[in-house]
Amino acid sequence: MRQILMTWARPMAARPMTALGIAFLLLIVLFAAASPWIAPFPPDQIDPVNRLLEPGGAHLLGTDHFGRDTFSRVVYGARLALLIGVGVVAFALASGVPIGILSALYPNLGKVLMRMVDVLMSFPSLLLALGLIVILGQGVFNAILAIGLIYLTTTARIVYGVALRLKAEPYVEAARSAGAGPWWIVTRHILPNMISPLLVQASFVFAFAQLGAASLDFLGLGAPPDIPSWGNMLAESRIYITRASWLLQWPGLMIVLTAFSLNLVGDALRDRMDPRFREMVGK
Amino acid sequence: MGRYVIRRTGAAIMTLIAASIVIFAFIHLIPGDPVYVMLGDGATPEQVAALRDRMGLDEPVVVQYLIWAGNALQGDLGQSIFFDTPVTQVIREGAETSILLALITMVWIVAFGVPVGILAAIRQGTVIDQGLSGLAMLLASVPTFWVGLYLILIFAAGLGWFPSSGYPSIFEEGGLANLRYLILPSLALAAPNAALILRLTRASMLDVAREDYVRTARAKGIAPSRVVLRHILRNALLAVVSAFGFTFAALISEAVVTETVFALPGVGRTVVQSILRRDYPVIQGVILIIVCMYLVINLAVDLSYRLLDPRVELE
Amino acid sequence: MLSVENLVVSVGRGPDIVRGVSFGIEPGEILGLVGESGSGKSMTSLALMGLLPPKLGISAGQVVLDGADITHLAPHQRVRRKCGKVAMIFQEPMTSLNPVLRIGEQIEEAVRVHDPDADAPARARELLDMVRIPDAAHQLSAYPHQLSGGMRQRVMIAIALACRPQVLIADEPTTALDVTVQRQVLGLIRELCDSLHMGVLFITHDLGVVAQLADRVAVMYAGKLVETSDVGPLFRAPLHPYTAGLMACLPDPESDDPALATIPGAAPRPGDIPDGCPFAPRCDRAAAPCRSGPVPLAHGAPGQSARCHFPLNERASA
Repeated sequence: MRQILMTWARPMAARPMTALGIAFLLLIVLFAAASPWIAPFPPDQIDPVNRLLEPGGAHLLGTDHFGRDTFSRVVYGARLALLIGVGVVAFALASGVPIGILSALYPNLGKVLMRMVDVLMSFPSLLLALGLIVILGQGVFNAILAIGLIYLTTTARIVYGVALRLKAEPYVEAARSAGAGPWWIVTRHILPNMISPLLVQASFVFAFAQLGAASLDFLGLGAPPDIPSWGNMLAESRIYITRASWLLQWPGLMIVLTAFSLNLVGDALRDRMDPRFREMVGK
Repeated sequence: MGRYVIRRTGAAIMTLIAASIVIFAFIHLIPGDPVYVMLGDGATPEQVAALRDRMGLDEPVVVQYLIWAGNALQGDLGQSIFFDTPVTQVIREGAETSILLALITMVWIVAFGVPVGILAAIRQGTVIDQGLSGLAMLLASVPTFWVGLYLILIFAAGLGWFPSSGYPSIFEEGGLANLRYLILPSLALAAPNAALILRLTRASMLDVAREDYVRTARAKGIAPSRVVLRHILRNALLAVVSAFGFTFAALISEAVVTETVFALPGVGRTVVQSILRRDYPVIQGVILIIVCMYLVINLAVDLSYRLLDPRVELE
Repeated sequence: MLSVENLVVSVGRGPDIVRGVSFGIEPGEILGLVGESGSGKSMTSLALMGLLPPKLGISAGQVVLDGADITHLAPHQRVRRKCGKVAMIFQEPMTSLNPVLRIGEQIEEAVRVHDPDADAPARARELLDMVRIPDAAHQLSAYPHQLSGGMRQRVMIAIALACRPQVLIADEPTTALDVTVQRQVLGLIRELCDSLHMGVLFITHDLGVVAQLADRVAVMYAGKLVETSDVGPLFRAPLHPYTAGLMACLPDPESDDPALATIPGAAPRPGDIPDGCPFAPRCDRAAAPCRSGPVPLAHGAPGQSARCHFPLNERASA
């Protein structure tokens, strides 16, 4: 136990910013898990008398144009942020990993699949997501799919690159010439070596999913307006910025700090990674 | 080189064709009859019949695509439902704003990202480097619209230095002074992208600094500042140049949001409004044009990169 | 002319990599510095050049060239102080030239640094002639990737000679080259050493190359010189068991036995080098005195000495 603690504690002490980032992410998880207990008000409780209140008193961070409590909405917003992040990462990995590995194992199939990835990458990412929203319609699940589609492409590219490199490793060549089948090679040699590049990629994707989701919310094409999300809060408070600038502050800071923390974690993970693959995982 | 140009151009055209198929399929993927999707629900039977004929909807899908692509090649991207004008005209109206916005943003990115990236690399490991690298990561984590809203709050609403929204053409009254409408939007748009270029410049400077030929240069007795300028920077910038194509794509993407925040009459805002108005021909047209531009710019960047690097043989 | 005294190179506050090395090089003399990879020979050479990587530093000892202390001077500081010149060529000719600059520009740059008034293009042509590159005028406008490895190493030598160095350090300059090219480059180094009356520190792991080229030899093990000698006596009668072991590893063309000898065990890594003689754990002559305390200097032929309690010119006692 002590040993485990030390292997974690030392790198954390060397990178205090990363430690702070992890602490912030834990806070977000806490917010999401315990929102009803942490939030002093229901997030959608309208109070026309106390509209656009300044921070302080019963309303720690003030109220919005419906008199809803900003702090409570910020706390509940953590739920959607985590849902979007986990959803996008899951989608990107579940689609990108098989595409990348199959392409590396079967060069002919790979040519076709990677060409398709190239085509998707020739669409500016947000437009790709918007196009999918137009087809699928608005909603949280569809937002996850739309943003996930962006990171399917980058994930598939990285997995493809790493898998190609691993496939050429002498020990994999040896296993192949000894008659090992593709399934064996993938599960024994490729996937285990892919864990750290994927972890790094996952943390960056998680971070950028936050920004993508916020953009969709802001354009009115993300989470439905009745869901308290940080992006929606910013979109709604936009016309009140000169009267109630504090409405801009906290939801925005939550997005920034979440993305920033995840980027810090991703960076720290990348620095601990096999240097051969480091240049492949980026943004 | 000639063969490379042909091969690379061929690949770009293939990608464009594939992308155009995706864009063509887009209309057909939207639930409902494509004709009503294109015309909206208030269409008259005559309009429906005319469009059905024009799109060749009674023909096989392949023929429909060829008709559509043929029209696009001749500069006919269809009719906007909302404006009832050709899509090309709608795009042309937004083009000035968007192109100027992208160019000014690129100026910020190059003027800030590259020199600061160099500074961070030269001061590697110092407080300056840690501060700048941290700042870059922070900027890359900030939504552009949030930066935009704060810029409006401080510099437009608060200090009144710049207008908060809109953009009158520089060809209209006001002339070049109208560019001040684009200052805040371009700054907001530049923030995350300059951060990316900063990080890239720093990383590639440090990569090159580890090269054997940099050690050779130092062994010659050249002053350190000259080693950086002549031997490290030049090679490092080659890698940065190749990232500009990608940066441009990111700019277009985020311009959609920025133009909305600042109510700029650009192509990006047109897309968003067209989505909300279900004006599908405009969405289709804008995306096709943007993908074209992206491919052309990437091709140009790629070819110029090859020209800058003597290692590439002139086959 | 160049004298190195008790040089110590260490990593920050970490272990010493070079642990007190002393030698001298005279004009027109080639000193072969031999050792396995990790023995500290490359770090010794970089320390002489003032090119130690960041975090590594000279923590003791000094480097004196023509009476001037150059221990802590980087190359550009040596230029400014107009003190004697040490130049260096490296192991990887393929990557040691800047890929985006023409050969001529890279040589002229080196010329101008040392003599701003020189007619750099003319001098560059002259240097290419000196290193026997045919068609010099044409090659000056070539890019490095257009030249073969051997040609690039010649260009590297030309760059090194641009400053008219008193001492040339060659760090495994032929390891990456084909055997025939290797021989030509070695011949060129010998020739330049004689004609320019220049001292050469030739670093290699290959005793065969040393036998061919060097006048004197220093054998390095675990950050220390274990034996120094003129080349003849060393090959005839090595004093240190490690030197003898290295020689036993050389393929012998006269022998029918195809198996190569090896020295058992592995060289210690910086940080866990044993007290006493660092070679003791791998040495079949080692006895109690080898495992602690300083090792005395043993002498053999004139100019030959080794750090060993039981040198090979004595009967194994005890």
